[in-house]
Parts: sequence; C-alpha cells; structure tokens
Amino acid sequence: MNVVVCVKQVPDTSDPDTEVHIDSSGKGVDQSKFSFVINDADNYAVEEAILLKEKHGGEVTVVNVGTEAANQVIRMALAKGGDGAVRLDDEKFSGSDPVALARILQSAIKDLSCDIVMTGCLASDDGYGAVGVALAALMGVPHASYVKTVEVAGDNKLKVGRELEGGLLEIDEIDTPCVLTIQTGGNEPRYASFKGIREASKKEIKVMDLAATGLSEDQVGEAGSVAVMVQYSVPEVGDLAEILEGDPAETSAKLAGILKEKGLV
Amino acid sequence: MHEIFVLAEHRQGELRDINFEMLTLAGQLGGKVTSVLLGSGMDDFASKLAGFADKVIVVDDAMFESFNALDYQAALAALIKAEGPHLVIIPNTGQGADILPALALELGAPFTTDVIGLAIEGDKPVATRAFYGGKINGRIEFKDGDLYMVGLREGAIPAGEGGKSGEIVKMDNPVAATAANRKFLSYEQPPAGEVDITQSALLVGVGRGIREDKNMPMMEELAAAVGADLAASRAVVDAGWLPSDRQVGISGKTVKPKLYLAVGISGAFQHVTGMKGAELVVAINKDPDAPIFQYADYGIVDDLFKVVPALTDKLKEMKG
Repeated sequence: MNVVVCVKQVPDTSDPDTEVHIDSSGKGVDQSKFSFVINDADNYAVEEAILLKEKHGGEVTVVNVGTEAANQVIRMALAKGGDGAVRLDDEKFSGSDPVALARILQSAIKDLSCDIVMTGCLASDDGYGAVGVALAALMGVPHASYVKTVEVAGDNKLKVGRELEGGLLEIDEIDTPCVLTIQTGGNEPRYASFKGIREASKKEIKVMDLAATGLSEDQVGEAGSVAVMVQYSVPEVGDLAEILEGDPAETSAKLAGILKEKGLV
Repeated sequence: MHEIFVLAEHRQGELRDINFEMLTLAGQLGGKVTSVLLGSGMDDFASKLAGFADKVIVVDDAMFESFNALDYQAALAALIKAEGPHLVIIPNTGQGADILPALALELGAPFTTDVIGLAIEGDKPVATRAFYGGKINGRIEFKDGDLYMVGLREGAIPAGEGGKSGEIVKMDNPVAATAANRKFLSYEQPPAGEVDITQSALLVGVGRGIREDKNMPMMEELAAAVGADLAASRAVVDAGWLPSDRQVGISGKTVKPKLYLAVGISGAFQHVTGMKGAELVVAINKDPDAPIFQYADYGIVDDLFKVVPALTDKLKEMKG
C-alpha cells in the first residue's frame, strides 16, 4: 500500500497572538511575524498514511509545493515515518489556485507508484478545500473528501468514513487508486522521535522546478488558475460585544454581576 | 444574466436549510433560478423548493436515494450540458464540496469554493471568500468562461421569504449506471454522550486558547461555579480534551442555551454557526480582533488564565 501524502506549510493562525495584516500590494499579507507549521488537516493525513504503512506495508512519499522553508514540515513528516519526499519549487508557482496547485502536484505524483493520495481536507490559510478533489479529477481516479476513518476492505478496496455536518459519518467503499482528503480528529498525530528526526535529516528531498514538471508557464500560477484572488480587504464587522474594562478581578466581578442580574446564576 | 442552476441538498429524508440560502442568493443576482433536485420519491421537496425558484428540475431515480458524489457529478454534467446555465451554485457542504471541483474541471468551468458573497459585474460573477479563519476577506475574479461555478458557505446568506411558485419539471436520469469505483454503504450516527448539550440551559464553551489538557480542570471548576455544562470547539475535541458529543458547530451540535460563555474560542464560522442562537453570549479571549466578539453581547479582552480563576472565585463567593 503506497501512499502519497500532500502537505502544506501554513502560518500558525491558531495562535491568538497571530495578527493578520494586509500588505501594501493588497494581494498578500505581512508574513514577518508569522510562525509556520504544517497545516492541521495535513498533519492528520500524514498520520493516516503512516498508520496504513505500519499495518499493510508499502511506502509513504511526502509531496509539497513550497520554498526551501517548507523543508521543515517535510522533514517532520519524514521523521514520523515518511520514506521519501518531493518538493515542487518555482517562483512561477506562486498565485496558483486549487486547480493550478492540483496540476503541479499531479506532475510529481504521476511518476510515483501509489495506491492512495492523501491531502488534508482544508488548509487553514485559504480554506478552499478543493485541491484533493481537483487532483482526483486530473488523475482520473475516484475520490472521497472529509475522510475521518480509513480501512482496507479487500484487494484494491477501502472503506472510508466521510464526516458530514452534525458529525454524521457517510460510509463509502472506494477503489484504489484514489484520492482521500483527510479531516482532522480521526487519529492522534504522533510526535517524531529523536531517532526519526536524525534519520529524516539524511533522507533526500527531491526538488522539482517548472521545467522538471513538464508543465508550461500558462498551466501554473495565476496564468494556470481558473479563479484569482485579486484584493484582500478587512471584513465589515457588525456590532461588537460590550467590552468589560478593568483588571481580571474587576472584569470578572462585572461579569458575575451581569450574570446574576440576568438570573443566570 | 441567464439561467442559474442551484443544486438541492438533502440528507436522510430532510431538505437542508442551505437550499433556501442558495436560492435566495440566486434570486438576488437576477436571471432565471432553477433548483436541481436529484433524489428518489421526494415530491414534497420539489414543492418546497418551487417556493424559492422559477423552475425545479426533478430527477427521480433510485440511484439518488443515497448520496454518491460520482453519480451526482455525472448527472449534473449531463443536465448542465443539455440546459446551458450560466452559473451553478453548489452547497459548500460535506456533499457539495465532494462534487464541485471535479464537476467544474470536467466541464471546463472556472470555479471557486466556500464563497460568502457573490455579485454579477458585467456578465461575470465576482465572489467574496474568507481567508485566515475569517480575519480578512478576498475578492475572487474568474477567468472568462461560458459557465461559472461556486460553492456557497452555509449560513453566509440569510434565506429570504421565497414567494415564488416555480414550475416543476421531471426529467429522466441521464446517467445509465451507478459509479463502479465508489459506493455508498451506510450512515453512522455520532455516538451520544452522557450530556445532551443541545438541551443545556447554560454552557461554557472551551476553545484552543486553553492550550493544554492540564488546564481542563480549571474549566470544569468554572462550569461548576456557573452551573453550566461544558461544550467545546473542534480543536478541543480533535485534541481529545473533551468527547465529540460536546462539540459545537457545523460538524457538531447546534445549541441554543440561555448563556454561552466562550473561553479561548476565536470564533471561526464553523463554531459560531452552532452557537449564535444562544440568548446571551459572553466571550473571554486575549485577541481583541477575535471574530467571537462580533457575536458576543459582552466580552473580556484578557488572559483567560487570569480571568477564569477570578470569575470562578467570584461566582463561588456570590453563591456563598
């Protein structure tokens, strides 16, 4: 069971200290104060891929579209149990929408022998949730998105649970090769061991630029995209909460008073 | 603007609210609004949709008794080719998001997902999407095409009153055979827990801001002092700090308590969708820009590790 797992490096916006400021171009954000991490859902995809490998054998290949800075998240996936990695890196790739990104990923994946391609179901920065499904369409294989459970169900067959609204699981049978987009919470992503980290530092990360992908300039970046983000803006906000001022003793006393007055406590 | 197709979403015999949000949006854009209903034996759905649409196309076939993205894709591709709509709106849901990118690529249609706003400029749609967890918005422009497709976020557009009475047109299923390489097997209900938070009058919602499992006892003490049950954001459930039956939001429960006290919750739309119906919302978060403050009646912008123990003590003291 060979698995390709696609990972993205994203700003750690889960940290409440991370502020997002639009830069002067209006098309980017100030990244100078960001710390970068693996996308949350991709972290679960890496774990799912390694669990399958541990149970059924095979190899896990990590694929990323990113600059050298993304080596950090690639190495961590290798340290956890990935066998090899490909990083697709060319300045022409920037501005790619999910379709262009899927095309770039496919250019590397088509040369790998794999039964399952996994992606995270959604990236925490741009949140399109479309790359995996687009990738399946380009590869001409079936897909299942928002997958929370994966089991092997016979030769070339998987049983997967897709998470729908309200937490309902839709159980499907799907043939391999296929693309699965993995939802968070279906497993417990492991921490890399020191031994794993040491070994990962010796593993090769193959780098492919535009020429190596065999794609043309008009198939990648904004030129290769079907829809382009042209301008960021600060959302209009409605009425904000009444902010209780003071130190914690004061604000908590005010809040306790409000709750009492309203008959809630 | 010509015809707008809107894919109807239903699940387990229930027509979902997103239908009326999508149809309301389509109505605002101008043009002919056509709801496309794929299902099996659901005439009552068609008449409900007709109240918001100029036309309802119904394909009634046993193939659509349960959801299979590949069958939906095949049927929609054939219907779209035959009818030639200019815009197709798909729900950005567990079902719709499983269809849209593959369908759009099959048809060569420029598309984008998870839009929160849509307008027509000239003859083309322009979409608004949220980025970085809703901290900023982005304007999305499409490449030129004859057909455009978007996925609409649930809850982004308030449903209108309807007031239409569209014609209902039955069409034959254009798909000969169900997909061989993906099959629907069953639905599995999420496990029920010891507390049904949809029935709780008072809830303390716990978010990622508490940082570590070892801070849960502090939250349990606060909940006990308030007399509330504990609820959680997705991140807290994913981390295993609370069981999944405590999860509030799109993939969890929709709650309507008298009080929702959100602690360390940033207010991503996935969470807010599940709790914005609370009578009183109070948020404690150190980030003054956290979206949760847009939904809260009262807010405390401070370090929760200082405020929560102080509030717990204060409440205990008041109770004597």
